[in-house]
Amino acid sequence: MAEKLVIIGNGMAPGRMLERLYETAPDKYDVTIFNAESRVNYDRILLSPVLSGEKSFEEIIIHGDGWYIEHGITLYKSHKITEINREARTVTSEHGEVAEYDRLIIATGSQPIVIPVPGHNLAGVLTYRDLDDVHAMILTAKGRGHAVVIGGGLLGLEAAAGLQMQGMQVTVLHLMPTLMERQLDSSAGYLLKRALEDRGIRVITGANTKEIIGEKKVEGVRLEDGTEIPADLVVMAVGIRPNTQLAKEAGLEINRGIVVNDQMQTSDERIYALGECAETHGTCYGLVAPLYQMAGVAAAHLSGDESQHFTPSQTATRLKVTGIDLYSAGDFAEGEDREEIVLRDASAGVYKRLILQDNRIVGAVLYGEAADGPWFFDLLKNGTDISDMRETLIFGQAYQGGASLDPMAAVAALPDEAEICGCNGICKSKITGAITTLGLTSLDEVRAQTKASASCGSCTGLVEQLLALTLGDTYNPAAVQPMCGCTELGHDDVRRLIKAKELKTIPAVMQELQWKSSGGCAKCRPALNYYLVCDWPGEYADDYQSRFINERVHANIQKDGTYSVVPRRWGGVTSAKELRAIADVVDKFKIPTVKVTGGQRIDMLGIAKEDLPAVWADLGQAGFVSGQAYAKGLRTVKTCVGTDWCRFGTQDSTGLGIRIEKFMWGSWTPAKVKMAVSGCPRNCSEATCKDVGVICVDSGFDIQFAGAAGLDIKGTEFLGHVDTEDEALEHIVALVQMYREQARYLERIYKWTSRIGVDEIRRQIMDDPEKRRAYYDRFVHSQKFAQVDPWSERVSGKDKHEFKPMATLTLEAAQ
Amino acid sequence: MNVATSNVATSNWVLIGTLSDIPRQGARRVKAGQATIAIFRTDDDRVFAVEDKCPHKEGPLSQGIVHGDCVTCPLHNWVISLETGKAQGADEGTVRTFALKRDGESIFMDASSIRTAGED
Repeated sequence: MAEKLVIIGNGMAPGRMLERLYETAPDKYDVTIFNAESRVNYDRILLSPVLSGEKSFEEIIIHGDGWYIEHGITLYKSHKITEINREARTVTSEHGEVAEYDRLIIATGSQPIVIPVPGHNLAGVLTYRDLDDVHAMILTAKGRGHAVVIGGGLLGLEAAAGLQMQGMQVTVLHLMPTLMERQLDSSAGYLLKRALEDRGIRVITGANTKEIIGEKKVEGVRLEDGTEIPADLVVMAVGIRPNTQLAKEAGLEINRGIVVNDQMQTSDERIYALGECAETHGTCYGLVAPLYQMAGVAAAHLSGDESQHFTPSQTATRLKVTGIDLYSAGDFAEGEDREEIVLRDASAGVYKRLILQDNRIVGAVLYGEAADGPWFFDLLKNGTDISDMRETLIFGQAYQGGASLDPMAAVAALPDEAEICGCNGICKSKITGAITTLGLTSLDEVRAQTKASASCGSCTGLVEQLLALTLGDTYNPAAVQPMCGCTELGHDDVRRLIKAKELKTIPAVMQELQWKSSGGCAKCRPALNYYLVCDWPGEYADDYQSRFINERVHANIQKDGTYSVVPRRWGGVTSAKELRAIADVVDKFKIPTVKVTGGQRIDMLGIAKEDLPAVWADLGQAGFVSGQAYAKGLRTVKTCVGTDWCRFGTQDSTGLGIRIEKFMWGSWTPAKVKMAVSGCPRNCSEATCKDVGVICVDSGFDIQFAGAAGLDIKGTEFLGHVDTEDEALEHIVALVQMYREQARYLERIYKWTSRIGVDEIRRQIMDDPEKRRAYYDRFVHSQKFAQVDPWSERVSGKDKHEFKPMATLTLEAAQ
Repeated sequence: MNVATSNVATSNWVLIGTLSDIPRQGARRVKAGQATIAIFRTDDDRVFAVEDKCPHKEGPLSQGIVHGDCVTCPLHNWVISLETGKAQGADEGTVRTFALKRDGESIFMDASSIRTAGED
């Protein structure tokens, strides 16, 4: 039977302990948690961003309610434990709940210290410890007014910055001559003070608070020297005191905190203490790294592994105030056997100081530019002998010889717990571990197994470097990336072979090219379907089951399974009649949200799938066709009003935009295509970040292409200048056809261009009229089959199975 | 079609439709009270029933791409085994599956399991 594990407190340390315990011994304990706070486990380190308004509470939750349910944990919220009975092995809460334990963990944390000056009980005097404090501060800050923060340490300064961002006039009072004196030397303390003052926070150092004044609520603070500072809010952030009351009453050994051994056991071996309330090696800790180490040791011990011991280690601190870059680690007192290396750049506001002893870093303070902090900290923790790089050490990692300039070395130097994939929260060791234990050799495999770089993809480069590092020479990034796990062939080979072998159906491709899976997968099937649609217009029958849902039902699926509908609005131009028709549809179908898109169209969101054909029927009657806002195909051609109205317009940009859109709508492309036409170089339709853009000038039309304004931001490349509208259309159509025929599925024009080269595209489209005409003609041929309004097709009954349930069961009758 | 289950002779098995109602490598939905159940047909004409709710963010699995005996959720590309209901690869989660019975073209679903669907 599972043993009973009771935990008092639900902060970050016990949360981490449970995560570790569930990794090694998931079934060993029945876990019950008593939490005096009414919440789940959240990241206290991130309270400052909540105070400043940069994050919401939901964003800092570590374990939501679901996590406790999933692990079968009994969590009592707002249950303060009032007694531990060590003989009976029970704990009792203030509401009379009694729980038995085989093992008990005390993780009661700490209390903020309140300086007992007169007036400290007044309303409006707060500490900075938990979410309630933050809420109270935010509430007071709404009335603007003055805030005084007593304490110029890490927490106090973060509180001050947060309150200032909430709109208060803030004064910081600090007893010592320089700010954050435990983490900073006096020079950095001075720079910090100046930076805070620059942003409008008043800082008084050497300030000894005599009393807090006010009748019923706080009105101000009086210092020893008689200075009075007005205040609507006073925040005390002068330190914390371990919460030991409960342990003390239970007769456990107490010093400053609850005394524990190296394995986190108190003087009663069945009882452990963790986190800020615990004291080991004569020290109580308040920073997260040692607390997480305690959690790991306790989890190991609870799971039966007695080999792990808590070893006191150096800690590093970073001030979490937006715009101030500050990092400190280790010990920076001066001493006879110590040397220092200092870099100052007053105008850039940079100050860096390293403290050395026996050619090893023992302390580091970085101000203004702290990116190298973790690297220095690694050298410090590892006791690395720095004699060889002493001359350039202070300039940071990038300056350490030829090798380290290489980005690979920077990746190699990242600590195991460094987060690589922010979207999925995947750290370095998880990726390298998966590569070695599962024998992964490609980016796709890493994505499939760990999810790293599988979401937004911005960390793809880092993941590839980790592959290269872990696999050494055996990793060959130049090797052709297979389309997916179903084949060894890359996209380019598949496209070439479809043409060469005249493969005209998906089963034919899979058979002839020796697909490894029976029916392909969700990656290769949409790609193959596109290649066949593009290469065999009029011959290939589009396989709807290989299309992503949006292209199958011609609407955009939303997070709740409803759809959004965007009719085409040629060149962004509309009329009273069209708007009235849309308004009628919105009313009739009670469409919850109507929004104007970035492409000058109207989006109707929240439509049930069953209603789509009826919505389209009504829109169709008013003359609307599908806007293909869901398609890997031509989306919008954005325009400005051009010579029709604009006093700067040089050409009829609206007319050209409409002409392009009417010519090209319905065409399928490897990825979406968005265009724009601007009537003059002022470029009001933002043509220079589109897939294809036209800038009208007096002498004609400048054609631009390969811009991006999404995951990547990139201005367009200049394709060339043409004199007439007809030429502009022919060049644009030819360019898009070239892209249709050559690009890989889901590859936007700018990515394809960077692969093929701007010059090659210019050569084929601008300099080779024959080639251009051939591209143009193939596009025109393909459009004969593509320009069918999918909405009216479905209104007339095509694919009606898509929109109706197969059966509706009346459950009452099933008795 | 609307089915009043008491009219079906098979005591526990309810007729929900025929094989040809579902496109190959496609799905149809069956509404059962609060719940929606997705009925899938694979390329080799096997049929499966799972709750139409991805274990990740409740995406409608019936709208996904069917490949082999798996479906890829249309919202965030989780791949779910139609046979076991389990998420494949690095994802973890399970969607509820329902037993189906084939009699020639006709597809039946177990009424007792439908009754408890959607009661979570």
